[in-house]
Amino acid sequence: MALPGPQDGQPLLSVENLQTHFRTPDGVNRAVDGVSFHVNAGETLAIVGESGCGKSVTAMSILRLIPEPPGKIAGAIRLNGKNLLECSDREMRQIRGNDISMIFQEPMTSLNPVLTVGRQIGETLRLHQGMSAKQAEDRAVEMLNLVGIPEAKRRVREYPHQLSGGMRQRVMIAIALACNPKLLIADEPTTALDVTIQAQILELMRDLKHRVGAAIVLITHDLGVVAEVAERVVVMYAGKKVEEAAIGPLFRSPRHPYTQGLLGSMPKLGSSLTGHETRLAEIPGLVPSLKAKIPGCVFASRCPHATDLCRAVAPALEEKAPGHVAACHYAPREGAMAA
Amino acid sequence: MNAIAPLLQVNDLKKHFPIHGGFFGGTTGYVYAVDGVSFEIMRGETLSLVGESGCGKSTVGKALLRLFSITGGQVILGGTRIDDMPSGTLRPLRRRMQVVFQDPFSSLNPRLRVRDILAEPIRNFGLAKDAADLEARVAGLMDKVRLPRDAVNRWPHEFSGGQRQRIGIARALAAEPDLIICDEAVSALDVSVKAQIVNLLQDLQKELGLAMLFISHDLAIVEHMTHRVAVMYLGKIVEVAPKRSLFAAPKHPYTEALLSAVPVPEPGAARERIILKGDVPSPINPPKGCRFHTRCPYAFDRCRTEEPALRPVADAMGEGHIAACHLHDRPAAENPLAGSKGASLLAVG
Repeated sequence: MALPGPQDGQPLLSVENLQTHFRTPDGVNRAVDGVSFHVNAGETLAIVGESGCGKSVTAMSILRLIPEPPGKIAGAIRLNGKNLLECSDREMRQIRGNDISMIFQEPMTSLNPVLTVGRQIGETLRLHQGMSAKQAEDRAVEMLNLVGIPEAKRRVREYPHQLSGGMRQRVMIAIALACNPKLLIADEPTTALDVTIQAQILELMRDLKHRVGAAIVLITHDLGVVAEVAERVVVMYAGKKVEEAAIGPLFRSPRHPYTQGLLGSMPKLGSSLTGHETRLAEIPGLVPSLKAKIPGCVFASRCPHATDLCRAVAPALEEKAPGHVAACHYAPREGAMAA
Repeated sequence: MNAIAPLLQVNDLKKHFPIHGGFFGGTTGYVYAVDGVSFEIMRGETLSLVGESGCGKSTVGKALLRLFSITGGQVILGGTRIDDMPSGTLRPLRRRMQVVFQDPFSSLNPRLRVRDILAEPIRNFGLAKDAADLEARVAGLMDKVRLPRDAVNRWPHEFSGGQRQRIGIARALAAEPDLIICDEAVSALDVSVKAQIVNLLQDLQKELGLAMLFISHDLAIVEHMTHRVAVMYLGKIVEVAPKRSLFAAPKHPYTEALLSAVPVPEPGAARERIILKGDVPSPINPPKGCRFHTRCPYAFDRCRTEEPALRPVADAMGEGHIAACHLHDRPAAENPLAGSKGASLLAVG
């Protein structure tokens, strides 16, 4: 392929100061505003945040699926050192579905209803790997087996409407993994599914990660799902990264007040057994509009600890502990944390 | 036995939707959406109805509200049978039962200001003495759901999802109901907003002594909100128990699997995992015997032929635990559901 191989000590994907803005009739919407992160080969990174925080736009930007105009992507997105924002449309088409592939939230609408699932899995293989129709179908059967669909030989000739929601999401995963991508972006892959089916799909993703070895960027709003599959987490709020850490430290000692608020506002399953039935913590107020320029910290209007400094000066991302960064003037550094 | 009569009593409720097809559009079959469901709700109590999509939980809510007629069974509200009342006499009934829907974007009329949305039920049921009283009631409702009073002049589209859900709750309260049915009322909201609405619903229930039927698929929210839980699977209730009993000692394999499937925000938590195989069967042609036997990890021969009845099961946590499972006929040593497994399923120490 056109891409250079992985280099030592370099992350697979690095996103540097990504800014995705949309021109709208009433001002520029700064959906993603200066976000940087990296993903190492074989790693699972989760991006969490509430609706409108820019997590899906970040994912779409990586694959350059944002229509330009009205969108505008700035910064750098490097896959093995190659900046995707400088690639031609032709080069991008080579990368999508081959080096980077994506799973969407809605398994009902993201499959083509008039093509068999075999055709849809085979399409990427024929386009990217130059397989014949016969080879592609054989590989499609293999892929369906891999994602745990029974009677793959029969299912490969079926249409999406003949499959249940969980099966369709398995087909989506089969399509995404068909070309052995280096990076898989999963945008809310289990949000539309029932909890027992979600457990099946999460189990499948964990299992496939070991077998296929692709790095995963998991976009989700569900901190429970994050704790189950991710290794590292980026927390986004109003288009900005506010905290990043490995999952252990993030859940154990969140540094940013927004992360603390998110964790506090989730009811804990099993609370009636431990006797910790407390009132849920609320984050007061609403997410600010992304169209107005916010001078200080984006979270200041809802933060219980906000001071005049927060409202005037935007905090920089600072390393509060090894590998744990947060954008807050008052977040304690390591050692200063009270137990 | 119990001197206090329940506010709502549901006996063997059934709702079968006909499927039309064929050349003359005749009925070719039925969707057995709700197939014999019984429960009761006391005054001031929250009963949660949980289950996955298609299990019939929303159909139960709609049937209680008489949004369609039922196929069989009885619904008794405050001692009066309401399922066979002629539709012309439903108005006083509608005042006593109100609903909060899932989607705050489509459940408010976009062409009415908030004031008119809230005033409509008050006028409908003739609750206000005069115009000043009406205005005072609307203002009082805005206070109850913690929205600013001057927001009554605004239109629904000017509010966020959480605020609209507050308006939806205020509208339900306007009729001064005895029972509120919340059909996935917080499912569409973001985490931080969800917490606000959950707290509001809890406060209102305590303050007004409302009974609530809380229909949801989110077990963590249910555990936080409810007094008792009823678990549904394919149109049937498989287990009913007080909250603590259900979460500490689930007595139906489906409940057990549901609990173990919920992701918990605790990395590396050591939990017992039960991953169910396959999908929920179609309610058009539900499995013979126990409806759960096709996915049940413990199913044996009897489950495939004989349908288990809901009956009281032994539970160290207390009374009032009923479940529909043949395993409870076996000696405790051969019954995987005999103990209290909740803590290991939920990874709470």
